[in-house]
Amino acid sequence: MNRDRGKKTFSIDALQDGDRAEFAHVVEEYSPLIYRLGLKMLNNPQDAEDILQETFIKAYRHIGSFDGRSSISTWLYRIATNEALMLLRRKRPDPISFEAPSVNETEPQEPLQIVDWCCLPEEDYLTAEGRARLNEAIDRLPTSLRVVFLLRDIEGLSTRETAEVLDISEMAVKTRLSRARLRLREDLSGYYGKILQKR
Amino acid sequence: MHKHAECHQLLNSLSDYVDGDLKQVLCDEIELHMADCDNCRIVVDTLRKTIYLYQITSDPPTVPEDVRQRLFHRLDLDEFLAK
Repeated sequence: MNRDRGKKTFSIDALQDGDRAEFAHVVEEYSPLIYRLGLKMLNNPQDAEDILQETFIKAYRHIGSFDGRSSISTWLYRIATNEALMLLRRKRPDPISFEAPSVNETEPQEPLQIVDWCCLPEEDYLTAEGRARLNEAIDRLPTSLRVVFLLRDIEGLSTRETAEVLDISEMAVKTRLSRARLRLREDLSGYYGKILQKR
Repeated sequence: MHKHAECHQLLNSLSDYVDGDLKQVLCDEIELHMADCDNCRIVVDTLRKTIYLYQITSDPPTVPEDVRQRLFHRLDLDEFLAK
């Protein structure tokens, strides 16, 4: 997680007056966060770069309409997330829309894997295969759950900030985060449970 | 309450519980239930571990230098490309 970025303050007046040096500072500060979000959302460096560029092009064009009610970082995350969702729809249309998750997505999912794999040695979790499995599990999440998980648990946004970015209620954020975490736990339990059996 | 019904109720609160966002009285109820329900304890422990693993393996945010240069160029900000 990274929340130490975003502490820096920028002059909104200067940005809205077209101060390019100030905008360059914003790009320098937030481009790493936006690039990482794009990578995690699309799992493809070229797509992440496209999202990065489009986010800052749109931010520069529309900075005049930024009303300061949210932070710059939340506003940028919102643009980037919309870009990522649009790209995802084009590349792999989800049968489940982001705005209206299906009943299956919002229903509590009963845990099926009841294996206590917490006791594995640390090195068993962090193998290349283990890391790949973590990424694959995220990739398998429906878009509406994946984006909430990434914003809350990886980017470290609060529930309120995530709700602002996605323009959904805080309750919807909490529900989707819970579903995402439980699905990931289920997925990882299958993998680490097998490792535990082999030991 | 029937034990399975309690497990189901716990499932709805799990995420808030691991985030420390539940009222103390609800935390007490969950902890009392887990003391007597191994399955729920395992689900809570592995859920915490899942979140922990994602957070520790998350790469620090960086932009590859060539990507950064192309971004600044696209934005017509080349003059501000500090090394």
